[in-house]
Amino acid sequence: MAYQPDRSQYPARRPDGLSRHPASRDTSTALCVGSLDIDLASGKYLKLWQGPNHPGITGNMSLELTVCGDEVVEGKTHVGYLHRGFEKLMERRTFIQCFPIVCRICVPEPDFNEYCYAAAVEELAGIQSPERADWIRTLILEMGRINSYLMYLGGQAGAFGLGVIGQWTTYVRDLMLDRFEELSGARIYHMFILPGGVRDGLPDGFEQRMEETLVEIERVMSDVLDVMFRNAVFKKRAVGLGYIDPALIEPYGVTGPPARAAGVAKDVRKDQPYLVYPQLDFEPVTGADSDVYTRADVRRRDLLMSIDLVRQILARMPKEGPLMAKIPNVLHWKIPRGETYIRGECSRGEYGYYLVTDGSGYPRRVNVRGPSYTHAMALMERLIVNCNIADVAGLLVSLHTYPPEIER
Amino acid sequence: MGFCMSVRDVLSPFTAWKNLFLDPVTIRDPLNDRPGAARYRGFHQNDVGRCIGCGTCETICQNGAIDMVPAEGIETKQGDSGLRPRIDYGRCCWCALCVDVCMTGSLTMSNAYKWVESDPDLFRFTPGVDRKYWDDAERGYRRPEDHRLTPRERAHMGEMAPEARIGSFDEIVHGYSIEQARLEADRCVACGLCVATCPAHMAIPDYIAAVRDGDYERGLRLLYDTNPFSQICGRICTHRCETTCAARHEGDPIAIRWLKRHICDQIPHEKYLEIVGKPAPATGKRVAIVGAGPAGLTAAFDLAKQGHSVTVFEALDKPGGMTRWGIPEYRLPYDIIDREVAVIRSLGVDIRCNQRIGRDISLKSLRNGHDAVLITLGLQLGRSTRIPGSDHADVRKSVDLLRQARACEDFGTPRQAVVIGGGNVAMDIARTLARLQKLAYGEVRVTVTALEDFAHFLADPEEVKEAGEEGILILDARGPQQVVVEDGKVVGLRTWRVKAIFDEQGRFAPSYDETDEQFHPGEMVVESIGQMTDTALLGDALSEQLAWNRGRLQVDLGGRTSESWLWAAGDMVRGPDVVSAVADGHRVAASIHAALNPMKERQ
Ligand code: SF4
Ligand code: SF4
Repeated sequence: MAYQPDRSQYPARRPDGLSRHPASRDTSTALCVGSLDIDLASGKYLKLWQGPNHPGITGNMSLELTVCGDEVVEGKTHVGYLHRGFEKLMERRTFIQCFPIVCRICVPEPDFNEYCYAAAVEELAGIQSPERADWIRTLILEMGRINSYLMYLGGQAGAFGLGVIGQWTTYVRDLMLDRFEELSGARIYHMFILPGGVRDGLPDGFEQRMEETLVEIERVMSDVLDVMFRNAVFKKRAVGLGYIDPALIEPYGVTGPPARAAGVAKDVRKDQPYLVYPQLDFEPVTGADSDVYTRADVRRRDLLMSIDLVRQILARMPKEGPLMAKIPNVLHWKIPRGETYIRGECSRGEYGYYLVTDGSGYPRRVNVRGPSYTHAMALMERLIVNCNIADVAGLLVSLHTYPPEIER
Repeated sequence: MGFCMSVRDVLSPFTAWKNLFLDPVTIRDPLNDRPGAARYRGFHQNDVGRCIGCGTCETICQNGAIDMVPAEGIETKQGDSGLRPRIDYGRCCWCALCVDVCMTGSLTMSNAYKWVESDPDLFRFTPGVDRKYWDDAERGYRRPEDHRLTPRERAHMGEMAPEARIGSFDEIVHGYSIEQARLEADRCVACGLCVATCPAHMAIPDYIAAVRDGDYERGLRLLYDTNPFSQICGRICTHRCETTCAARHEGDPIAIRWLKRHICDQIPHEKYLEIVGKPAPATGKRVAIVGAGPAGLTAAFDLAKQGHSVTVFEALDKPGGMTRWGIPEYRLPYDIIDREVAVIRSLGVDIRCNQRIGRDISLKSLRNGHDAVLITLGLQLGRSTRIPGSDHADVRKSVDLLRQARACEDFGTPRQAVVIGGGNVAMDIARTLARLQKLAYGEVRVTVTALEDFAHFLADPEEVKEAGEEGILILDARGPQQVVVEDGKVVGLRTWRVKAIFDEQGRFAPSYDETDEQFHPGEMVVESIGQMTDTALLGDALSEQLAWNRGRLQVDLGGRTSESWLWAAGDMVRGPDVVSAVADGHRVAASIHAALNPMKERQ
């Protein structure tokens, strides 16, 4: 029997009507496709698998595309290739033993896991992390955001064939990893924010070296602006692609840069301030056009804002004071019954940890809410319709998804 | 920003070409090492001389990467399990929790990160034992100062202020509240090094866990499994366990003794009997025990539980032995001893007081009426310095004075006294005299002269501190030379400064600096330099028959003497402290039980 997808929810036409993207030509057919039988035997449609190992896919997930010519008429997202069962593993580990695990839930930006987990444990255990630790936590989160964006920019440009951007951003990201290494003792899995505070203060001369790194990143970012954002090829491909209607932001749970690029100034750092964000000067970066180009640009400007935030933090943070709150013996740390949800604004959107404790020495339930789940699965399935096959990779990257965090 | 494309958008990308003239940044020389950062979490290092094999690193590792294994050249000894952590790099994630939790700070990480090996098994190694090139690396992750995953400080124990306590014999320490006890119990890492050290091998981590859980009945059951003198030991045990506690290396040892006391204090006395349990069905065997001290009563407790009929003969008018007659009341109130004895009596043990062997009963008659006889005579004779003047009537032995003080006999409290000795008993008598002086004359005038210097002092530091607070003058490295007697009255003690206590062969042979002489006035001098057993109690005939070893009764591992019906235990064969006596009581009870049930034992 022919497969009959339900297309009643899909937009017939892009509301701006302005887009010059090839897909816009087909907005009328989108409805037709919805009413058409997708009969694979007809020879009109083809199934195409993109992933799980594919350069156009971030990490291990896969897209099941139904194409008609070079146009996607339907896309399904498949995840599960990276499932490591972290949430379940944590139920069998003591509260301190979960600390080395959580960072693995998101490889390119691990620190949000550390922060959210630590903050959730602290809240349920009735512990207040010291002020200086909060500043350092904020610093780490902003450093991580810069790194995450640098990685994204390389990927976004690469998806449209601009290989050099990735080389540049990888170079400066490496400098930032050097800063992470000297601060936390590791380049990727920093394991620095633990329940109660942070492991250590800033090493001597850190501010100076960080400033040099920031200057270098700014220099590279100005090159990126010239070569990527003021680039006819990039504009031709990215402008108008992957439009997200602002009306979809709420129903689809879209957060972070994809929401801000649609003009919705959602930013947990402002909306529900945590750590020392209330003491920092910043305004959420927004855009208007809600396409791939705008999302990239929002991220570029957000990155520059993070550089500014790092400078603010280093200038204002206390140099003295405790780094760890008084915590009980971690070997038999029991936390009273309770539940909480801790959220933060990571580079991709709202990141959250839902933690349930039952009075024992182990978490009863941990649920990690990563933005990739909503963005890369539900939203992607919607955006992909009418997309050109060659643009699928650029579209997916523009949602800035990290599959490890879908699969917890 | 508009979507309009401009000429600039076509030209601008070509600015990328300017990078052609820059040095490449991504190429690093693979031959020259790039050292990891100062905090880099690289390969592990372990200072195995400092590591105590407590296994806390193994406990915390969530990857199960650490196994505690025996290591070549490392001995098992008090406070050191002899094991060392072996790390499996197939599992390790370099989280450094093991470094953070390490109880001694011996475990660290180097900044090395390159290690090439063709045999994958080699990546499971024992840092510090299997030598590696990074063993001496100075950089790498060390646990930052102040960064602790286990609390370092002991929960506060309330006690009477010196001014208040010196005026009475009331117990000094208040004992932990439930809250304080939980805090203290929380610090334990359950390594179990203490269990090996405790002479009675009490299940310390387990009963501490019971305190954490607030399950005091379980705690008490655990205590009485190994120690029927738990209430007493909870107050006055020499707590050697605390000297091997893993927590002592980087903080205060766990207050094991106070936690034991806390458990005992939480259970109402009536419940004890229920918790301790009922004896086994009667076996019909009869055991006589001479001496109602900790060793004798422990053996009585064990044997009675096993269903034997036990009779204890005590020379003095109350049971308890040295716990009653040798320990001042401010450390151990009488009613604690009474309660402890009541538990033992409740098992059906018949304790008969005022029954001195040689006077009221004879060992021969005991032998005839019983299947086994155990003697626990204790150490009730004080040793003398034998210095000139020490034969004067006002030169007393601490053991006698303490007994008199406990019995509230009036021995003529001196206005000023000198104590010879530096052990805990010397502190006991000095502090007892101080209290008596305070009560009788309103002021404390006691001098303690110890042979050892403060660096090698025998008494517990807290005893020394408290004695000092109570106004007692403690002088170290003073060798007694003469008790000065004028007109037939003791007027004081003359001492020289001690240069060394032992000679080159390590034998006891003090040498003195004669130019440093001091005179310590006092109308009473108390010798507190050790005690011995009154072996005359055994009677000549039996003494003849028994085998001796350098003045000590010779016994086998189970405490059996060369006479098959006679066992000996307690301070007279080992010791001297309560918990050693308890341990000995268990040992000897097991030996007697085995002898009484030869068939059962063989099964
Ligand atoms: S670094 Fe972490 S994973 Fe490795 S042995 Fe230590 S505790 Fe285990
Ligand atoms: S925690 Fe430290 S001291 Fe204890 S076994 Fe491990 S390395 Fe040795």
